[in-house]
Amino acid sequence: MPQKIQAQTDSLKANELNEVQIIQKRSQLQNVSPTPLQILNGTALKKLNALSVADAIRYFSGVQLKDYGGIGGLKTINVRSMGSNHTAVFYDGIQLGNAQNGQVDLGKYSLDNLEEISLYSGQKSELLMPAKAFASASSLYLKSLTPTFQANHNKNFRLSLKSGSFGLVNPSFTYNQRLTDRLSVSLNAELINANGKYKYRYTNSVYDTTVVRHNGDIFAKRLEAGIFGTTADSSQFQLRLYQYNSERGLPGAIVANKFDFLQRQWDDNFFVQSAYQSNKNRKFQFLVNGKYAYDFIRYLDPERISLYGALDNRYAQQEFYLSVASQYNLTKFWQVALSADYSNQKLDANLENFAFPKRQTALIALATQFKWQRFSIQGNVLATLVNDEVRNQIAAEGKTEYTPTLMASWQPFTKSDFRLRAFYKSIFRMPTFNDLYYTLFGNSSLNPEYTKQYDFGFTYSRYFKAKKLTQLSMQTDFYYNTVRDKIIAIPTLSPFRWSMVNLGRVEIKGLETNLQSIWNFNLLSINTKFNYTYEKAIDITQNSTVYGQQIPYIPVNSASLTLASDYLNFGFSYSYIYTGERYSQKANIPVNYVEPWYTHDIAIRYSFDHAKVSYSLSAEVSNIFNQYYDVVLNYPMPGRNFRITLITKFK
Amino acid sequence: MNKPLSIKVVIAICLTTILWSCRKDKNVIPEEQVQLPGQGITAVNGIYVLNEGNYGSNKASLDYYDYATGLYRRNLYGPANPGVTLGLGDVGNDIKIYGAKLYVVVNGSNKLEILDVKTAKKLAQVDIANCRYVTFYKNKAYVTSYDGYVGVIDTSSFKIDTKITVGRQPEEMAVVGSKLYVANSGGYTSSSYERTISVIDLATNTETKKIDVAINLHRLKADQYGDLYVTSRGDYGSIKSNLYLVDTKNDVVKKKFDIEVSNFTINKDFAYIISTAWSNATMSSVISYAKINVKDETIIPGGFIGDGTDKEIVMPYGIAVDPISSAIYLTDAKDYVTPGMLYCFDKDGKKKFSVTTGDIPAHLVFYTK
Repeated sequence: MPQKIQAQTDSLKANELNEVQIIQKRSQLQNVSPTPLQILNGTALKKLNALSVADAIRYFSGVQLKDYGGIGGLKTINVRSMGSNHTAVFYDGIQLGNAQNGQVDLGKYSLDNLEEISLYSGQKSELLMPAKAFASASSLYLKSLTPTFQANHNKNFRLSLKSGSFGLVNPSFTYNQRLTDRLSVSLNAELINANGKYKYRYTNSVYDTTVVRHNGDIFAKRLEAGIFGTTADSSQFQLRLYQYNSERGLPGAIVANKFDFLQRQWDDNFFVQSAYQSNKNRKFQFLVNGKYAYDFIRYLDPERISLYGALDNRYAQQEFYLSVASQYNLTKFWQVALSADYSNQKLDANLENFAFPKRQTALIALATQFKWQRFSIQGNVLATLVNDEVRNQIAAEGKTEYTPTLMASWQPFTKSDFRLRAFYKSIFRMPTFNDLYYTLFGNSSLNPEYTKQYDFGFTYSRYFKAKKLTQLSMQTDFYYNTVRDKIIAIPTLSPFRWSMVNLGRVEIKGLETNLQSIWNFNLLSINTKFNYTYEKAIDITQNSTVYGQQIPYIPVNSASLTLASDYLNFGFSYSYIYTGERYSQKANIPVNYVEPWYTHDIAIRYSFDHAKVSYSLSAEVSNIFNQYYDVVLNYPMPGRNFRITLITKFK
Repeated sequence: MNKPLSIKVVIAICLTTILWSCRKDKNVIPEEQVQLPGQGITAVNGIYVLNEGNYGSNKASLDYYDYATGLYRRNLYGPANPGVTLGLGDVGNDIKIYGAKLYVVVNGSNKLEILDVKTAKKLAQVDIANCRYVTFYKNKAYVTSYDGYVGVIDTSSFKIDTKITVGRQPEEMAVVGSKLYVANSGGYTSSSYERTISVIDLATNTETKKIDVAINLHRLKADQYGDLYVTSRGDYGSIKSNLYLVDTKNDVVKKKFDIEVSNFTINKDFAYIISTAWSNATMSSVISYAKINVKDETIIPGGFIGDGTDKEIVMPYGIAVDPISSAIYLTDAKDYVTPGMLYCFDKDGKKKFSVTTGDIPAHLVFYTK
């Protein structure tokens, strides 16, 4: 075999081999992780009918994607029913912050320049990481592509063009250049243009109305540039620039007699971030991260005319962030780590009597780990210090919180790759600027919203030599979460005047299972993945009229299945997503019932090389049975839709 | 690992997945009925309850309490009108009866629905953007629109005859003699609320004058002595809500009651008042009830709930008083996103019954013989 591999010059075959290694490595990582870990890497991502990160994470278990529909619709992640503000999203190891509303629109993050998406319930089990990585109930990591070069080549290019339903035209371009043995640069640009039109249908068996979704157009530009370096002592550094601009229509809730909308939104997101990891000393390592981010959003509502014209709100957010993390290996099996982060966030807006809040956050995480081959245990304590200042209104009082995490993984039998794992994590989310200071709605006396997570599970993985079934892996977790002092809106004087209070209490009991297998029949390889989630998320707010009922938008049952096969230059994939019945409001009554939905997607790919250029052509059909459904009530999702993609790579 | 077994497991799981995948047939959501005590035979047949439904939820719904049978029928619009796409719509904001027809203003759906008062079957619809309240005069329906006008609709052709320009974001109206009084809020400009009542001459359908009252006017109701009771919402901050009395003979403000009012109704000589004040200090609503004698224009202390039921009520919202028996109907909107309650009290404020309604029960109208 080894000679054969070295003899390979075909880039496609080399990639395939790489893929097997990646799958094995990934599976190994999942197997030993004391916290549940789900990964989708580059090749697996390509096999899903997914345009953005939001499309891809639907395949994870324990995840609900709140999707307002269409290419431009807001898409946020809710892990294990704790609420979208409890999942931190990291881009190349640094959190994408949003002090304004605490949510990250995953529909804005294209898969074009991503190498891997991984989701950790609890937190990543590493020690050498920023304190922010210890600071949320779950973490979604987006890893962008790092340039790779083949021997004797110092540059490569990638051109891609996607087109299909919703009037989508989506070209992208990547250019990688190796400057020296230890330094390379990368440039990636993407345009997304779509009219966002699609048919949707509402029926109650008597009326049956099909309408075209309007005002869902989007025009977005994304530009990323990176510098990647390795020093002589194998320390690593990178610098990344990210710029995203978009203009989009905001199609609103479809209600009786109202199908057209005029609201629009503009976004400018810019960040520059840098990381340096010293690997010079094997006993002592450190990691420095820094970031500056500027996020601008403009919201225009031509239907709401005041004395000064149409409602035209503008918000500008800035963040400075610095993190230093260090790890010291006391013995072969005992490590300690200390991380300290500082961030400074501020929000400006053109609203009357606006608070102009500024928040300083310091995070200090102290962690330790004992790790042997068959047993590992890790614990950490996180200190969070938050201080807000405002120009108008009253600033929230400064807060200091200490929260612990404990996790362990144990392989009881030497011969079997079966491991038991468990974790406990106590963490909170800070009230956002909107919660605290939104004019007339905010409540600066809010406390943080706390979560407690208990998880117990097992992982099993096995490789079979010279068998058709080459790999089988499974992970199953039972979990119990509580959310207390949940920040919810309560009405004050009218339905248009709400205030935020710490009132809600939720208890979540769940089961998550992932089953994966890889089959090889000579030239045909098949990869199957099955995810299932059972979740009871119950409102246990005191004196509530809905005490004991399932909270809104959380299905008891949800599942996904993906099958990907490769045969010579052809690839075929099928995926299925199921989301069970839900309720759109707190009361579990017929008028609030939201039907289950399930979509079947297929894709075929054909790859070939011609004149030193490699081509990959794919065609996708999503929601092939044309099911009309709402993820969020009154925000219809598209029915059957198509996409074709052409990717070329050359040197 | 036994290989054939694992294949079976995979197949079994796949099949189970597909089996789960059944969606119920989409059907009309049926009406629900609750048996309550009847009210006997009077000139009142019953009371319609319009539930607003939270903004954007498309959950406006209609309930009816029948006096003779004591039957409470919840969610009757859908089954009565299964062919209306997406039903009654978004935010039911007002309901009135004129002749044999029921007029429902649906704010978020930009429409006035005209129903048969007996069957609640839809007869017609008039599209009117951001519509708020309706009132009647000589076979015309007058509907306020947040776009700054009152639409005049013919009640036989159901066409908009004309639009009368008034202040910004007009709210409730009342007819006194041949004049229409319109409360202007200016609610879309918090730095510069409107502070006037527009007076419209119904002979010419034009605004003849403006009466300066207070900022952000909302409720406006006439008593039987030619006076108007009008509320100001205040600015939700330092300026509290308040209640004013306007003399329509001279079109001047004659009294300020210095009482916070979120809603009220007038029956004969009494105004029944819901007073909801928001306290930023405690982050909670301070709720009280009051009664005003409109004949001598004085507050009667002690409210109108006599048996302590007020402690059960989370967010009093809509109110109406039976014109014959003086029974008091009060709704509780609770947290605005769960079903509310309708309470019925006798004229002395003793609870007769309560019943679950739709989301945000808000607007009540008596169906009389």
